[in-house]
Amino acid sequence: MSYAYTPGLKVKRNTIVVKRRLLPVDGEVMVRKDDEVLYDTVVARTHIPGDIEMIPLAYILGVEPYGLPKVVLKKEGDQVKEGELLGFSKSFFGLFKTEYTSEVSGTIELISDVTGQVGIRHFPVPINLDAYISGEVIDVVPNQGAIISTTSTYIQGIFGVGGENHGEIMVVAEPDEELTLNHIGKDCDGKVIVGGSLVKADVLRKGEEENIRGVITGGIRRIDLTKFLGYELGVAITGQEDIKLTCIITEGFGEMNMAKHTFELLKSCEGKLASINGATQIRAGVIRPEIIVPHAKSNLSDIQTEDILVEGMNPGTRVRVIRRPYFGAIGTVETLPAELQQVASESLVRVMTVKLDDGRTVTVPRANVEIMEE
Amino acid sequence: MKSTTDAKEVEIILATDCGSTTTKARLFMKTGGEYRFVFSGEAPTTVEAPYEDVTMGVRNAIREIEELSDLKILSENGVMIRKTPEEPGIDLYVTTSSAGGGLQMMVFGATKNITGESAQRAALGGGAIVMDVVTVDDGVPLYRKVRRTRYLRPDIVLMSGGTDGGSIRPVTEIAEILRIAEPKARFGADYSLPVIYAGNKNAREQVIKTLDDKFALEIVDNLRPVVELENTDPARNAIQYLFMEHVMSHAPGYTKLMKWTDVPIMPTPMGEGIMFQTIARARNINVIGVGLGGATTNIYSVFNERFVRTVSANLGMSYSICNVLLESGIKNIIRWMPFDIDEDTLGDILTDKMIRPTTIPQTLDELIIEHSVAREALRLGMIHHKFLAKGLRGVRPPDSLDNILAREAEGTRSYIDMLKIHLVGGTGGLLSHAPRRVQSAIILMDGFQPEGVTRLVQDSVFMMPHLGVLSTVHPKIAMEVFEKDCIVRLGTCIAPKGLPLKLDEELMNVEINMPDGSNITESLNLGDIVRIPLEEGKIANIKIEPNKECDVGAGKGQPLETKIEGGVVGVLLDARGRPIITPDDRNEMRKLLIKWFKAVDMYPPSVLDKFEKGEI
Repeated sequence: MSYAYTPGLKVKRNTIVVKRRLLPVDGEVMVRKDDEVLYDTVVARTHIPGDIEMIPLAYILGVEPYGLPKVVLKKEGDQVKEGELLGFSKSFFGLFKTEYTSEVSGTIELISDVTGQVGIRHFPVPINLDAYISGEVIDVVPNQGAIISTTSTYIQGIFGVGGENHGEIMVVAEPDEELTLNHIGKDCDGKVIVGGSLVKADVLRKGEEENIRGVITGGIRRIDLTKFLGYELGVAITGQEDIKLTCIITEGFGEMNMAKHTFELLKSCEGKLASINGATQIRAGVIRPEIIVPHAKSNLSDIQTEDILVEGMNPGTRVRVIRRPYFGAIGTVETLPAELQQVASESLVRVMTVKLDDGRTVTVPRANVEIMEE
Repeated sequence: MKSTTDAKEVEIILATDCGSTTTKARLFMKTGGEYRFVFSGEAPTTVEAPYEDVTMGVRNAIREIEELSDLKILSENGVMIRKTPEEPGIDLYVTTSSAGGGLQMMVFGATKNITGESAQRAALGGGAIVMDVVTVDDGVPLYRKVRRTRYLRPDIVLMSGGTDGGSIRPVTEIAEILRIAEPKARFGADYSLPVIYAGNKNAREQVIKTLDDKFALEIVDNLRPVVELENTDPARNAIQYLFMEHVMSHAPGYTKLMKWTDVPIMPTPMGEGIMFQTIARARNINVIGVGLGGATTNIYSVFNERFVRTVSANLGMSYSICNVLLESGIKNIIRWMPFDIDEDTLGDILTDKMIRPTTIPQTLDELIIEHSVAREALRLGMIHHKFLAKGLRGVRPPDSLDNILAREAEGTRSYIDMLKIHLVGGTGGLLSHAPRRVQSAIILMDGFQPEGVTRLVQDSVFMMPHLGVLSTVHPKIAMEVFEKDCIVRLGTCIAPKGLPLKLDEELMNVEINMPDGSNITESLNLGDIVRIPLEEGKIANIKIEPNKECDVGAGKGQPLETKIEGGVVGVLLDARGRPIITPDDRNEMRKLLIKWFKAVDMYPPSVLDKFEKGEI
């Protein structure tokens, strides 16, 4: 029997989610192993080096670069405050004096007698790293952070914008209707709203105004994403946008009904607190946006494992078609013929036959399906 | 245990290319006394999260070969089986890699047009993607240079600047930017970022003083020791060494992969480049080649024995497809489509491809959409390539005014003359997997717009990188497979350069003496394209009479008699103009496209009829 290997998006009712929460540079870990943490508990903190300012001080003071160390009042490693005199020079037998007072506060990191530059690094910026998900600290990485684990509902979207966010799940629309301004009210304040087959830019903007923390929907048009972000996306590396809400798309670009299974699972989480992250990175292996709804009580009896991924695709595997003409259709793998077959584009490709849930049996390229990790 | 590299004992060779999207395995075997390509297998690349082990994808691709061939290449626990006197297995394993974005470099120079450009050429020549170029005179405020440098995560930094014996100040300034910004290496912050210094030798001491405690500093000969000379070899060799020693050894799973391979892992663009150079050398011709990948478009040129490689980092057919859309503009993509589609829908389709990069077109209209994007990726890639394929700038002008002007022109314009390009070749998934070979031929023609008489070739199933790395140990085997199974001779394109004064004038008259003795004559007006079958391996004599305003290689309006080679597509007489005339009116353009596609049998005629009637 032939073998195929195409990981899909995870849509799991009960699974163990583990998050490594590590600082970008070494710092202080604030929690201990076995601690219970909330999503906003600070697990580690540090200071990251500030930005640097380069000042052409020799030029400003009218001296040669090699003479700079003699006219700078500080040494490398010294601190300087905004408004403090950094250096001066005299000319015409001391009649004229040129001074330079620092425009920033920081540490002198460079005084160059070759280029005449002085580098001042701003003071370090404090970073507090929160737990992101509520759960248990299962390990601590010394000086770096903690590993948090929780049993939760876990759903991956296909694409998102906006970084980590939190809010109560609130279903506002059916999966086959467009999410409109009418679905957004004052009661959405602080919530993660769910539903719809399409969201437009004006709705997302309104969502920001109403302090909505997240929007989870089936599809978005590229034109609306551009309008919302203010620029066109070239490569799919997201998560750092300067926006107030996180938007997660579960199906793709264009109007697309949210998959029934995804919608039902989100609906079952209504009223519960979700940790969401729109960060998407489409490289080999991919980072997909995620919705994590930790369970109040751990239920380890029916934990869903990732065996499907390990085993690959076989007859009987549940799959979703992810390209036209059957985009979005869900079904069960029937056969995986080893021989190449011609499809409508005339390409010779490896295919599979899929019995769709609507009763049709269709042939699709293996590359155009993903495993449903239900 | 590693296997032999002695050609006499090599019978089964496994080669892989760990691409940004897909890992492609190819099996070469000695059968009946000759080396042939026999099987291929492909699987998603697994270098990044959640897998973070490149060997998983390699194993999966190999499993496909096992399935098709009945050969046992991997043991039950996934270890590669090597041939021993007791057990069958493979003799040799080689690989190229562009996974995880390939080799990503940042380049520093003193002057934008002199050392900055030379450093770019050296980095690109080493098979790298150039993430950013910072020079003292680039007009960017210093604080922004520092900030840009700080937040990038290169694999290697190449720093150049100054001629030997010149002022050390500009080099010191860029060394200070690097020191202050202190960029971190892409694969983890737990090792020092490699920095190659290839600048003014008098500044070495100052560079060491400024950088040695913060970076893994490697000092090589100056790449512009004098303004009149570019010496990129030492920097390029250092890049290849550091790629293996510092970059690959930190990439997920590569330590394991390096133990499997019999020769060092090579960046994919380098493997491709070796094979295009081989074609040019073997036939003593000028060549343009392209590796059209999922994330990048790599263009290679060998012009009058001068080799230049460029890697356009964000022009590709999957991950970077929306960047092609962004850079070319949606109208330039839509102009190649013979059916009606609104811009927003096309934007959605392309963005869907970007977020699901491993999917392939199942329907013909989606295939045509990807073919349209490919033309634009090639066009944009060639613009980038020509920017670097030009003479050395900054060279002190000789005394006469004519010489000064000639030198200036050489320094600012590309030296590539499409009329003097003898062969255009393509590799990469989209070209190799095109259902009809004529599709690749037309994509290459529309993207590069070759002029005069140009042979067209393509990689059969994408194995040029594999053969490039194989050629470093077994050049004869690599060439044998290349000639027999890799290179597909598409045919010859005849395209006059220029346009007639009146649009209804004849563009060219052609008389072909076919190998069977028959004569074919064609008279083409502007906008015509004709395909004439001429089998692979056959040669025909052709006489071309271009319009008095057009040139096919013998001068404006001058006839040309020459021999042309056949191929699986044949001869393409292209009178669509150079540049190709594409009407702004969508309906006019659609009609023209359908006419062209029908003339060359590009897509099924029944579907083109439906496009014509507006039924699709």
